[in-house]
Amino acid sequence: MTRYLIPLAIFAVLVAFLSIGLNLKPRDVPSPLIDKPAPAFTLNQLHEPAKQMSPADLKGKVWLLNVWGSWCVSCRQEHPLLVELGKANVVPLVGLNWKDNREAALKWLGDLGDPYTVSVVDPDGKVAIDYGVYGAPETYVIDRDGVIRYKQIGPISPEDLTRTILPLVKKLQG
Amino acid sequence: MIRALTMLVLLLPLVAAAADTALPVEDDPVLEKRVTALTAELRCLVCQNQSLADSHADLAIDLKNQVRAMMKEGRSDAEIKAFMTDRYGDFVLYRPPVKATTWLLWAGPFVLFAVALAALFAYIRRRRAATGETAALTAEQQGRARALLDAPDSADSP
Repeated sequence: MTRYLIPLAIFAVLVAFLSIGLNLKPRDVPSPLIDKPAPAFTLNQLHEPAKQMSPADLKGKVWLLNVWGSWCVSCRQEHPLLVELGKANVVPLVGLNWKDNREAALKWLGDLGDPYTVSVVDPDGKVAIDYGVYGAPETYVIDRDGVIRYKQIGPISPEDLTRTILPLVKKLQG
Repeated sequence: MIRALTMLVLLLPLVAAAADTALPVEDDPVLEKRVTALTAELRCLVCQNQSLADSHADLAIDLKNQVRAMMKEGRSDAEIKAFMTDRYGDFVLYRPPVKATTWLLWAGPFVLFAVALAALFAYIRRRRAATGETAALTAEQQGRARALLDAPDSADSP
């Protein structure tokens, strides 16, 4: 009997490992910035380049930082959901326009709708590096104390929003 | 003539690609060598099986420039690696550090090897024990074997 049990056990372990491997997303690199203060920056705003914005301005509020670019295909996929979120007006949404061209970015927001409370411009990608961004879109949930609590890599799906991000925002706001 | 021109046009992208590889080369060859050595140890997060040194992704070029700028500021390799892991985690390092979360990664192959060796020895010992029991011949069998060996070999001889 054990003759058959041993190969069966080995097979079961193999299947377990492979199924875990199948469900892992190798593109999702866990961010070391979770539960760390959001890196400071002072960047020019997209709409009014003379004005600046920094995370300190939002201290005391829970907010989302969404990294996007008009060149980014997945951002286009994500955008309608962000527009909806912007309309719901439940949480400030800051857009970090990553390595983009100002005209293209403004045209994008004009054509597809502007969900952002404010958009800031990171032309050389220095701030994105500080946030550990490696592929747009990425979204950070930042709490009242300016601590990063969650990072979404890739486009937010409706499920991500209703199951993960909004409940977390509500919890942090409450 | 037209063929030669076509060939030339077809070769152009190659030349452009070659120019691209050489793009981040700056005036200081010693510094460049250091940049290449360090970025070869860092993973490009966009194309995860390439190092920063090999990758042409936009982000990789930005990070290479970041490494170069930090080296120009006089920061050490360790400081630059810390800068990268603070932002991107241990994942950027091709050589992960030995710590609680990575000991399985480091010790795993050796543990597996030890287990395989133990299993092999156990198997050999069991087999030896099993064959040992049947190897002892009875007196009768011994006698038959002797008779066969001693008998004049008629069939095989020429």
